[in-house]
Amino acid sequence: MTTLSAALPDATTSEPSLRRFLAGLPGVDQVGAEARAATLATRSIKTTSKAYAIDLAISMIDLTTLEGADTPGKVRALATKALRPDPTDPTCPAAAAVCVYPDMVSTVREVVGDRLHVASVATAFPSGRASLDVKLRDTTDAVAAGADEIDMVIDRGAFLAGNVRRVFDEIVAVKQACASAHLKVILETGELVTYDNVRRASWLAMLAGADFIKTSTGKVQPAATMPVTLVMLEAVRDFRRATGRQVGVKPAGGIRSAKEAVRYLVMVNEVTGADWLHPDWFRFGASSLLNDLLLQRQRIATGVYSGPDYVTLD
Amino acid sequence: MSERFEYAPAPESRGIVDLATSYGLFIDGEFTAGASDTSFKTINPATEEVLAEVTEANDADVDAAVAAARQAYEKVWGPMLGRERAKYLYRIARIVQERSRELAVAESLDNGKPIRESRDVDLPLVAAWFFHYAGWADKLEHAGYGPDPRPIGVAGQVIPWNFPLMMLAWKIAPALACGNTVVLKPAETTPLTALLFAEICQQADLPAGVVNIITGAGATGRALVTHPGIDKVAFTGSTEVGRAIAKSLAGTKKRVTLELGGKAANVVFDDAALDQAVEGIVNGIFFNQGHVCCAGSRLLVQESVHEDVLDRLKARMATLRLGDPLDKNTDVGAINSAAQLARIRELSATGDAEGAERWSAPCELPDHGFWFAPTLFTGVSQAHRIAREEIFGPVLSVLTFRTPQEAVAKANNTPYGLSAGVWTEKGSRILWMAERLRAGVVWANTFNKFDPASPFGGYKESGYGREGGRHGLEGYLS
Repeated sequence: MTTLSAALPDATTSEPSLRRFLAGLPGVDQVGAEARAATLATRSIKTTSKAYAIDLAISMIDLTTLEGADTPGKVRALATKALRPDPTDPTCPAAAAVCVYPDMVSTVREVVGDRLHVASVATAFPSGRASLDVKLRDTTDAVAAGADEIDMVIDRGAFLAGNVRRVFDEIVAVKQACASAHLKVILETGELVTYDNVRRASWLAMLAGADFIKTSTGKVQPAATMPVTLVMLEAVRDFRRATGRQVGVKPAGGIRSAKEAVRYLVMVNEVTGADWLHPDWFRFGASSLLNDLLLQRQRIATGVYSGPDYVTLD
Repeated sequence: MSERFEYAPAPESRGIVDLATSYGLFIDGEFTAGASDTSFKTINPATEEVLAEVTEANDADVDAAVAAARQAYEKVWGPMLGRERAKYLYRIARIVQERSRELAVAESLDNGKPIRESRDVDLPLVAAWFFHYAGWADKLEHAGYGPDPRPIGVAGQVIPWNFPLMMLAWKIAPALACGNTVVLKPAETTPLTALLFAEICQQADLPAGVVNIITGAGATGRALVTHPGIDKVAFTGSTEVGRAIAKSLAGTKKRVTLELGGKAANVVFDDAALDQAVEGIVNGIFFNQGHVCCAGSRLLVQESVHEDVLDRLKARMATLRLGDPLDKNTDVGAINSAAQLARIRELSATGDAEGAERWSAPCELPDHGFWFAPTLFTGVSQAHRIAREEIFGPVLSVLTFRTPQEAVAKANNTPYGLSAGVWTEKGSRILWMAERLRAGVVWANTFNKFDPASPFGGYKESGYGREGGRHGLEGYLS
């Protein structure tokens, strides 16, 4: 950590120094990282701790719909559900946010008011293949419509080609366009492929001012995985040790069961520690996950599985 | 919502294992009271509760067991076709798998190791060992030991308490595959899973006398290895006892393999994947409470990353969960015995006395049973006792080096040579190190990985002979 802190002041001064800094980060051993994630997944979370984890997971969900077929009606339904996930149980926590395309932001805001965060994807989501001007305009549009969280995508092509400075500058510009809105930077780890790339992209995004780093758009397979999220959690942990600034993590896409969500929370607990066990610092980008969490929650309360007719359609 | 994510107790069911209050000896296919009238208690080291009373076999019992093994060797097992022996070994492997949950609980009860390890490491390896050697039984002529390799005869096998059932499998599977019969003595603090294994031999219809299990302490072991009726001695345990066995067998025709102590170096270079190296360091020394002969008990870390590695290591050690071995979330279980705990305490006290700096993970130790918090010592040099002697507990000595040459010199500067670890992202350096490290196993970017196809054994005072894989057949063929 001492070596990292020493290298930090010069890291972002130029393209070569940024490249050198990222290349100098400790590597990630693929076998070891996957083994660690697999071991954490064997933790057995029962009774009271399971109830705690399920409520925590619900409160961390960015309830998401990102479809070409989204309509105001569909989005309003989702926003209503995010406010009150289980209409039969007022003790059930609300989701953290609703996540939509920019043109649906105002519809969500009408429903949730200031009771929930409204997250919008931006910057030519999901591919990010547009000019910087278009990306910035996309961002300001969403913010103007009422989004207080922006989920941007990085230019994976530039990153893979080694143009890290270009990626950095874009994030800085988008962060500026966000004004007071929180910036989540989507790395699209399924396209970065290696864990070394995931760690470097995580640091790149944090150095450029990301408030959150997020695994995936949900449009590319594989989306979030345990080992990828492990590497990102290690990155935010190390970044805080080196700079004092805390950055959040959001795995998104592919997390569908309560069991998986609890495993992610165990990983957060044991890798970054309890400071990240809060919706301000850890989110799930998901849609169908919520219903499974609700089913498990009802089972803990009543002792029996209720079935899919007892949770609401999205 | 509470502020912290506490894990509620998640105990594996103890009821799944049905232990008798007392056990006799397993000789000639039957449980028998034996000639001995003395017995000893085996306890749960996590609670000090008595688990069962076990017979202490005397000379007459050893005679009977060796005679049964001899009879089975000459009449049944020795002449049997390899493909027939294989059927029994496959059957044993499958029964071990079927009963693995029960065996894992029994192992954790008697030994103190976490159920996560007995369930996910020990038992899968036990079954794998029998499956692997079952496959060899009808292919021995292709193993590279001549066109018609023959068994040796009756093997006397003495195993330690750190991996009771796994060490049993390492000993019995190759011996039986090659056509030998065995008399095996488990350690006096962990006899139970060997006795459950005797039940499995009955369940598998293994011919009487092929496997005999006699329980007892040092005197029983001595009587077994010096018995004139055995042809081969296989021992895993301390270097001190191994040396005594080697002496007692000098000048006899008995064949010997010994797998003894270790003081392995885990070498971390500045270009290593540090988070995974930290996992490897933790796995190397805190796996099985450090009761591992190949444990990475000496951490050699390059000076330029010393501080960084220690920061990460301490943070990681602080998350280790010590406690009830049957809880599925326990990472560090109980020390196996009061005697072993006393030895760990004594040796770590010399670390303090000789000027090393002790740091222990902050964890609460239970009131009953034998416990030792995961501990590391910094400021250790080659001249400290804790850098030279095998502690066989959760105690890591941290040393530094500057160059690869210095790392090799320090790693090899020990009378032992069982294992070593190398952590670097540079492939060429791994090969360079592996060529020079005088250790039976060199792990690269991993640690404590076992596979039945891979031979295991030591250089220098860590013993001789190899167990596992094709090489493991050699000790049981003439």
